[in-house]
Amino acid sequence: MTLLDFARGPALSTALAVFAFGVLWRLVFLVLLPRVRDRSAPRASAPTAFAGMVRGFARHLWPRATFAGSSMFTTVNGYVMHLGLFIVFFGLAQHMLFLRGLFGVQWPNLPSGLISAVAVITLASLGLALGHRLASPVLRLISTFNDYFSWLVTTLPIVTGLLAVSHLWAPYETLLAVHLLSVALLLVWFPFGKLMHAFLVFVTRSQTGVRYSRRGVVT
Amino acid sequence: MATTIDLEGAVRTFLRQTESHLAAYLEGCVHCGLCADSCHFHVASGDPRHTPAYKLFPIAKAYRHRKFPLGLLGLARPVGEADLREWEELLFDTCTMCGRCTMACPMGIDIASIVAGARQAWVAAGLGPSDLMGSADNSRDHGSPLGVSPEKLRDRVAWIADEHEVNIPIDLPRADVLLTLSSVETMKYPDSVASMAKLLNHAGVQWTLSSKGYEATNFGYLAGKADIARTMVERIVAAAEAIGAKTVVIPECGHAYGVLRWSAANLLGRELPFEVLHITEFLAQLKRSGRLRLTPIDERLTYHDPCQISRRGGAAGDARELLDGFARDFREMTPTGNENWCCGGGGGVQAIGRAAPLRYKVFKLKMDQVEQVGAKTMVSACSNCRLTMDESKAHWKWDGRIASLVELVAEHLVEEPKAGA
Repeated sequence: MTLLDFARGPALSTALAVFAFGVLWRLVFLVLLPRVRDRSAPRASAPTAFAGMVRGFARHLWPRATFAGSSMFTTVNGYVMHLGLFIVFFGLAQHMLFLRGLFGVQWPNLPSGLISAVAVITLASLGLALGHRLASPVLRLISTFNDYFSWLVTTLPIVTGLLAVSHLWAPYETLLAVHLLSVALLLVWFPFGKLMHAFLVFVTRSQTGVRYSRRGVVT
Repeated sequence: MATTIDLEGAVRTFLRQTESHLAAYLEGCVHCGLCADSCHFHVASGDPRHTPAYKLFPIAKAYRHRKFPLGLLGLARPVGEADLREWEELLFDTCTMCGRCTMACPMGIDIASIVAGARQAWVAAGLGPSDLMGSADNSRDHGSPLGVSPEKLRDRVAWIADEHEVNIPIDLPRADVLLTLSSVETMKYPDSVASMAKLLNHAGVQWTLSSKGYEATNFGYLAGKADIARTMVERIVAAAEAIGAKTVVIPECGHAYGVLRWSAANLLGRELPFEVLHITEFLAQLKRSGRLRLTPIDERLTYHDPCQISRRGGAAGDARELLDGFARDFREMTPTGNENWCCGGGGGVQAIGRAAPLRYKVFKLKMDQVEQVGAKTMVSACSNCRLTMDESKAHWKWDGRIASLVELVAEHLVEEPKAGA
């Protein structure tokens, strides 16, 4: 079995299984927590819980003007990074083949040159995020292993992917295998670290939206 | 400082808090740090330890250790005594549970709710600021944090009624409205009590105080003493039910409103058989129905939003409604409404003596806000904010005036009889 066979086969399958099972486990665990009915009388002007949930989610998509000054860098850089990851993952033809193999669905891919450019921008934003984390006294204090390791497992697939498509330093098959292994690492870590926020953001924002819209507040 | 603490009790309390919707909040924090600059304590002190997300570390640590995959594999450290000792100041002295950080949080995490739950672990451990704990115990044992017992209340009310020549009914057998008081008003701002009485009498409201349930503040909730929180709520609910009150009016006190309006029914596990209104909501209703006629004031005024009434209470509009047309040169400060800066003394912080220097620093934010508006007078609708700001004002020898909205309204009441009356 070559390294590529291993990466494509057992490594990726195991990682996907850990990812799916882990994410499901954590979400089910949260859903199964006892929900205490809020017995306070809602404000007469309060929207329905569903409207509160949607409003709560939307409200946190962009900072309020009051907080814009201090949060603009993190927000803009965060959007660049997240959108970049999204475009690279769903837009590259090779990724499409992989996703088609998994789910049987496909959509038009983007030109590979464009994907490479987006990947470089994404990498730059990840670099800025790390630099900011290391430079800011607040972020240095609140950062844990989880933050740095999650950064690493997110960055590695971008770096190895760029190397693979540019055929630098090593044979393509080796680079591809390393890329796939870095993806496997990301998938395995995903449910256990802060990458889970990709799912949890829907839970936390909605909870707060429902809770405070009842009081007549969009918080 | 206690020599031994119940660490296991604290951990159990932390974990009990995570058996609820708070778990998702703890898991969801991405450590982005955007909450730091929304927190008045962090902005005032510049100390990174005052970052709201950092205040959650002990409860998050307990949760990771006992309930998390990595903890189950032995890869997460347990909470230690040193954690509790170090974070006590952060959880109690440097968080007013004002909820401003939630507005800045991209994950929408309700940090203040976690702080409220986490404080209970310090109580379980036998820790926590002694003056705040004492205020809670006083409430349970004597009726109020400042020791206003039912007898003292009757005395004090008789004195205020006499001094201000206003009728203050107490312990009427039946009434539509039960008025509650904050002992800060009863003891330090008696004009406020007289003003509420004057306004309610003027509007012809059938109301009473009750010596069985009068203390609106809930230091049980603020100190993390859940049993006392419940006792304080039960007293008011029992008093209101006994007189058949349709409405319980909360005086100028932010947390009193937050607890009775939004948490009481959940603490008791049943819906309340009456409506809970903050005094500004009640007065705005009276104004709407034409029962409050006021002579306008021309002095430039601005309004400080008590966090639990505006940002976390949803009643920011009522104070404005009262001021509209009445305060002819009313100016909003920046930021205002739900985004306004906290006074620095909510959440029980006012009762913690050692936190005073930090509160003074926080007040500088408020001084700047008021000076920007060019007003000499800042009105508010929370006696706890007022006390905090009055103390800070004295510290800085600030020449601005901090006034009560209720007192201001009462001073400008048109006392002529209504047509047809």
